[in-house]
Amino acid sequence: MTEWLLIMCMGLVTFLPRLLPMALADKLVLPDWLKRALAFVPIAVLTAIVTQATFVRTDGLDVAWTNIHAIAAIVAFLVGLITQRLYLTITAGLISFALLKLFVVL
Amino acid sequence: MIHVKNGALATLALVIAAIPFGVVYGALAENAGLNFMLTIGMSALVFGGASQFIAVTLLTGGAAYAVIVATIFVVNLRHMLYSANLMPHVKHWPQRWRIPLSFILTDETFAAVSNHIHTAFFAMLLCYDWPYQLGLLFTVLVSVLVGVLVEGKS
Repeated sequence: MTEWLLIMCMGLVTFLPRLLPMALADKLVLPDWLKRALAFVPIAVLTAIVTQATFVRTDGLDVAWTNIHAIAAIVAFLVGLITQRLYLTITAGLISFALLKLFVVL
Repeated sequence: MIHVKNGALATLALVIAAIPFGVVYGALAENAGLNFMLTIGMSALVFGGASQFIAVTLLTGGAAYAVIVATIFVVNLRHMLYSANLMPHVKHWPQRWRIPLSFILTDETFAAVSNHIHTAFFAMLLCYDWPYQLGLLFTVLVSVLVGVLVEGKS
């Protein structure tokens, strides 16, 4: 029973940060400087997520050319930049990562 | 309806990418001593991969429940930024739409919709979102089941 309580509390702290700003959208007036800052949220947060997934391993930072996560990310980035297609980008990233992982000993 | 189709197509790849996460989560949850209903229940009620992985990892390590909830809260604060970023686009929408849509506002969804923010944004959020989330929920349930079974056998 206490496990269910835990899950409900987890659900609540996952849900409330998403809900509150959107639920108060018509009541809360944000100052201009905050609106300007929020415009940079996508690029800032998504960059942070991608960068740590690419370069941070459990034993620290890996910026060597042998980091296959980084190589696959560069391949995906280039394919995305050139084709502007989500599917091709994901497929290119996945395939290059799988090939590097399976066949290249770095 | 055309939006719904585009949204479903655009996010199908993200649903497929969720399969390995579901399998790994199912295996870890089995390891952490969660029973089947709790494992599935967490996937349904806690809509965030990071939250779930933190929870099963900390449970395996025997952490106190309060610590788990506090950790998850901090990790999820980034969603507050997403939600705040969307405020100007949702303020004319009824509350009954905002509540379910904010529940399913994940990193992936936010990444997918932030490209369409200047074009009929909210229709996009709705349409990009719910086929993805339905697919995701189904996929996660199935893959969690696979993970639990695999871990249970070994």
